[in-house]
Amino acid sequence: MDIIRVENLTKKFKNFTAVDNINFTVRPGEIFGFLGPNGAGKSTTISLLTTLLQPTGGRAWVKSFDVVSDRDAVRQNIGLVFQDPSLDERLTAEENLRFHARLYRVPAAAYPARLEEVLRLVDLWDRQKNLVKTFSGGMKRRLEIARGLIHYPAVLFLDEPTLGLDPQTRTNLWDYILKLKREKNMTIFMTTHYLNEAEYCDRIAIIDRGRITALDTPANLKKALGGDVITLQSVQAARLIAEIREKFQLAAEEKNGEILLKITAGEKFLPRLLARLHTEISAVTLRKPTLDDVFLNLTGRQIREENASPKDRLRAHNRMRGPK
Amino acid sequence: MLITIFTIWQREIIRYGRDKTRIVATFVQPLMFLAIFGTGLRQTLATGDFGLDFLQFMYPGIIAMSVMGVAFFSTISTVWDREFGFLKEILVAPVRRSAIVLGKVFGAASLAAFQALILLGLSPLIGVKIQLLALPGLLFFMILIGLAIAALGLLIASLMKTTESFGLIMQILIFPMFFMSGAFFPLNSAPIWMRTLSGFNPLSYGVDALRQILLANQATPAILDKFTLHSPIMNAAFLLAFSSLAVSAAILAFNKKA
Ligand SMILES: Nc1ncnc2c1ncn2[C@@H]1O[C@H](COP(=O)(O)OP(=O)(O)OP(=O)(O)O)[C@@H](O)[C@H]1O
Ligand SMILES: [Mg+2]
Repeated sequence: MDIIRVENLTKKFKNFTAVDNINFTVRPGEIFGFLGPNGAGKSTTISLLTTLLQPTGGRAWVKSFDVVSDRDAVRQNIGLVFQDPSLDERLTAEENLRFHARLYRVPAAAYPARLEEVLRLVDLWDRQKNLVKTFSGGMKRRLEIARGLIHYPAVLFLDEPTLGLDPQTRTNLWDYILKLKREKNMTIFMTTHYLNEAEYCDRIAIIDRGRITALDTPANLKKALGGDVITLQSVQAARLIAEIREKFQLAAEEKNGEILLKITAGEKFLPRLLARLHTEISAVTLRKPTLDDVFLNLTGRQIREENASPKDRLRAHNRMRGPK
Repeated sequence: MLITIFTIWQREIIRYGRDKTRIVATFVQPLMFLAIFGTGLRQTLATGDFGLDFLQFMYPGIIAMSVMGVAFFSTISTVWDREFGFLKEILVAPVRRSAIVLGKVFGAASLAAFQALILLGLSPLIGVKIQLLALPGLLFFMILIGLAIAALGLLIASLMKTTESFGLIMQILIFPMFFMSGAFFPLNSAPIWMRTLSGFNPLSYGVDALRQILLANQATPAILDKFTLHSPIMNAAFLLAFSSLAVSAAILAFNKKA
C-alpha cells in the first residue's frame, strides 16, 4: 500500500500555477525526494500534503487519509520540518518538545522515554535544558527533526533540511536521516536542491515550474541519459575513431580535440577498450553522469548548486542567526 | 481540548517569566500610575464636584487601563509567532483552532489580571480605600476586562501579518477606548455621540462595574447614581458577550488561514 498518493494535485495562487497537475506515490519506508530549483513548487507541495494549504484541484492522501476532508487524521500522522525556522527560541529544547508532544497527545507516561529516544537520536540529550536561543543552526535543525518525530509520525516531511548549514553539518544531518530510515523504517518525503543529497533518496521526482518532469531512482535517471562518458585523447584522432567503429561497432565523436564515447557500465568496458586498441592514446577519463546532467537534459537549465539565490542566502542567514 | 488550551496558555506564561523587561514593566507601570495620580493629580483635580475624592473616582479607570494595556500587548505574541515561524508549528498540529485561540486569550487575560492584582496590592500606599469585601468582585471584573480586551487583541492579531501593522492598530484603538471609558469623567454627562460610541466599548462597562464595587460603601447612593450606567450584572453580561463574539471571530479568522 502506498503511504502517500497524489492525483492531479494543483495549486493556483490567483492566476499563477505553483503546482501543476502532479501525480506520484510514495511507498512505506522509502526516502522520496523532490528535486527542483527555486520557486519550482516544492514547499507548496509540502504545504498541500500537510494540510497547511488547500489544493485548487486534484486530491492527495497520506496514509489513506484525504488531506482536505480528513485534516486532523493527516496532521496526527505526519511530522514536519519546515524550510524556515519554527522553534520557540525562548523555550528550552525540552519545553519545545513537551509543547509539541502535548498537542499531538503523546501520553504523559510515554513522554519521558520518547524525549530521551529522540534527543539521543540527534545527539541533543545533554542540551535539553538549554534555551534554543543558545543553539547553533545545525543543532536547531536537529532539534526540529527530533520534534517532528516525537509523536511517531507515519511520514516525516523535511523541507530543505540542510539549507544554510555548512557542509560538515550537512553530512552529519544526513547521517541522522539515514539512521532514521535504517532504525525506524521511517518514510521520509524531502525536498532539496542539492544534487548530491538527492543521491541519498530511493526515488526522486524532478520538479520544475510546478510540474514533475521525471520520477525514478537516481541510478535509473542517470542511466536514461545513455550511460557513462569515456573521453580519449590522441594525436591520431581520425584513426582512433575508425578503429573503435571497426572493433566495437560504436560511434565515437570528436569534440574540442577530444574523442567522446557514450557507453553503459563504462568501468567494465574501459579495460577491454584499452586492451584491444592499437592507436596510441595519450589520456583517458571516465565520467559517470550526475544528476546535474539529468537536470540539464530535462530542463535545458542548470540547477543552482552551491551558488544560492539571494532568497536562500537570506534564509541561510536567518537560520544561523535565528530570530531574536 | 483542555490540554491544548492549557499547553498554549502555559507557553505564554513561561515566555512572560523569561522576559525580564516585561516583568519589570509589570511592577513599574502601576507604580508610575500611582505616583502620577496619587500625588500629582490629587491636588490639582481634587476640586471637582464629584462629592468624593477624585482619586477614588479615578482609581477603577487606572486599573482598567492597566489591564487593557497588558492584555492588548500580550496578544502581540500571536503576531510574533507568525513572524518567527512558530505559528506554523501550532497550526499544523492536530488540534482545534478554537483551542489555540482560547489558550492565547486566557494567556493574555491571566497576565493582565496579574498586573491588576499588583496594582490592587499597591493601592493602600497612596491611600485608596478598598474594602476586603469588594476584592472578589473587583478581581472578577478585572479578569472579565482582561478577557474582553485579550479577545479583541487576538482578533486583530489573527488578521495582522506584521508587528508594525498590529502596533499601529493598537495605537489607534487604545486612546479612544480609554478616553471613552468613563475613567476620567462620568459618561452620563457626555454628549450623545460619545455615549453611543462608548456603548460598544468594553472598557466603559468594566470601569462602570469596578467603580460601583469599589465605592459601594464609600459614597451615598445619590452620588453613585451620578456616574452609574448599568448594573454590575449587565456589565458582566456585556463583557462576556463581547469576549465570546471576539473569540468566535478570531477562530473564524484562524480557520480561514489554515
Ligand atoms: N502564498 C503565496 N502566494 C502567491 N504565490 C506563492 C505563494 N506561495 C508560493 N508562491 C509562489 O509559488 C511558487 C512556488 O513556491 P515554493 O515555495 O513552493 O517554491 P520552492 O520550490 O519551495 O522554492 P525554494 O527552493 O525557493 O524553497 C513560487 O513562484 C512562489 O512565489
Ligand atoms: Mg521551498
